Amino acid sequence: MSEKPKLAMYWGAACGGCEISVLNIHEHILTVDEIFDIAFFPCIADFKVHHVESYDDGYIDVCLFNGAIRNSENEEMAHLLRKKSKVLVAFGSCAYEGCIPALSNLTSKEATFNTVYGENASLDNPDGIVPLTEVDVAEGTLTLPEFYHTVKSLDQVVDVDYYLPGCPPESHQIWAVLQVVVAGLLEGAPLPPAGSVVGVTNVAVCEECDRVKNEKNIEKFYRPYQIIPDPEQCLLEQGIVCMGLATNGGCGALCPQVGMGCRGCYGPLPGVEDQGAKMLSAVASVIGAGEVGMEEAELEEKIQAVVDTIADPAGTFYRFSMAHSMLQRAKVNGSNGKGEA
Amino acid sequence: MTKQFEPVIVGFLCNWCSYRAADLAGTARIHYAPNMRPIRVMCSGRVDPQFVLKALREGADGVMIAGCHPGECHYVNGNIKALRRFILLKAMLRQLGVEEERVQLVWASASEGIILAEKVDKMTKAVRALGPLNWNEKVIGGGNGHKVVVAAPVAEEV
Ligand code: FES
Repeated sequence: MSEKPKLAMYWGAACGGCEISVLNIHEHILTVDEIFDIAFFPCIADFKVHHVESYDDGYIDVCLFNGAIRNSENEEMAHLLRKKSKVLVAFGSCAYEGCIPALSNLTSKEATFNTVYGENASLDNPDGIVPLTEVDVAEGTLTLPEFYHTVKSLDQVVDVDYYLPGCPPESHQIWAVLQVVVAGLLEGAPLPPAGSVVGVTNVAVCEECDRVKNEKNIEKFYRPYQIIPDPEQCLLEQGIVCMGLATNGGCGALCPQVGMGCRGCYGPLPGVEDQGAKMLSAVASVIGAGEVGMEEAELEEKIQAVVDTIADPAGTFYRFSMAHSMLQRAKVNGSNGKGEA
Repeated sequence: MTKQFEPVIVGFLCNWCSYRAADLAGTARIHYAPNMRPIRVMCSGRVDPQFVLKALREGADGVMIAGCHPGECHYVNGNIKALRRFILLKAMLRQLGVEEERVQLVWASASEGIILAEKVDKMTKAVRALGPLNWNEKVIGGGNGHKVVVAAPVAEEV
């Protein structure tokens, strides 16, 4: 009997949802178990880093790496797994483009520490204890990974073969991609070109959404809690920021179908470098204020009033793609450590 | 004596008004700051926010978008779309820590060579006072490049 191909899955800065999404392929997980030997998968099996270190280079056939690169441990593991894997997949939005962890690129490491260890309402830390990379105790020196200033996507630290977007990726897409990879490994079927985004439909989420779409002319934007959306009409037309038109499909438009604007987790459409800029452009063009013939000052004032109803544009448009965006992070000035100039 | 900092300003000038204004400034031999590098676009409404971010990312210290006065756009309301995008972009750039003076939208008609020249002078001065932006080195820390990802469809759903 020939050796089974080896599968690994590891997490960087992630929430654990990606692992669950893999287990969520239902009975297919049995097929995965049949086809592959698990070589490393800390969420479901007891492996240690030294096991991976002991493998020959390229020993792992497919490694699904989920999670962003937030600290030195994430980066070290990314390098190790790249070396040991034939095919490295950036699995899920964090590894692909930074996702929620990368929203902290809008502020500084210090400000993030402040929030997490200092100012959180639920916190009880009277001595202001903050983790250090090194501390001396009676038994010797203890170390922790270094927390980076900037969150990076996986491809910003190592070469990546495929990107599988989603927060988390949809199970049917995971299974479809695994089948393609398995056909490639076992039957020599052609694999998609390296660098491909897989498990997507390459049409906007709007195409997959059956809400009724008409002309868009928005005079006020609402946050989800401020409005009960009409069940039939396009959400953006109702003033809910829905990222569907700037987001790659593949999810089946799950969120807009249940009344929540698309969050944008499937990333940009083909040919788009910066999803947030594209969304900004689209949203701005449907602002229903300012007409030809108005005085310049009035024009600006009217438009500004509508723009002011969009809370947190950077965090909204780059909710999932901050690390992969053109500017990647905020320039941090001043003592508050926030991006404000 | 130390050399004064000369900012690089990328200018997106609409074909019908502002580019002609720049042309006029040239033929009229108006003296103004040589810091703006003009790029001709058909209309200020053609300026994708990606252009602005890319310019900043790739080393520009500032970006000027110049178009026809409201009401005079050759595509009726392209410049009003540009204004909507610009106002929203400004809100976002503030969050990203980009100083307001670095990205500006100005109106200059084909006959306003002098006005365009003044606006370029003024913006050059303001950006010079802010100093170099140098996004790649100073903000991102270099060597941590953006990658363009190609998209390929995977097998149909099963
Ligand atoms: S043509 Fe000049 S702004 Fe539209």
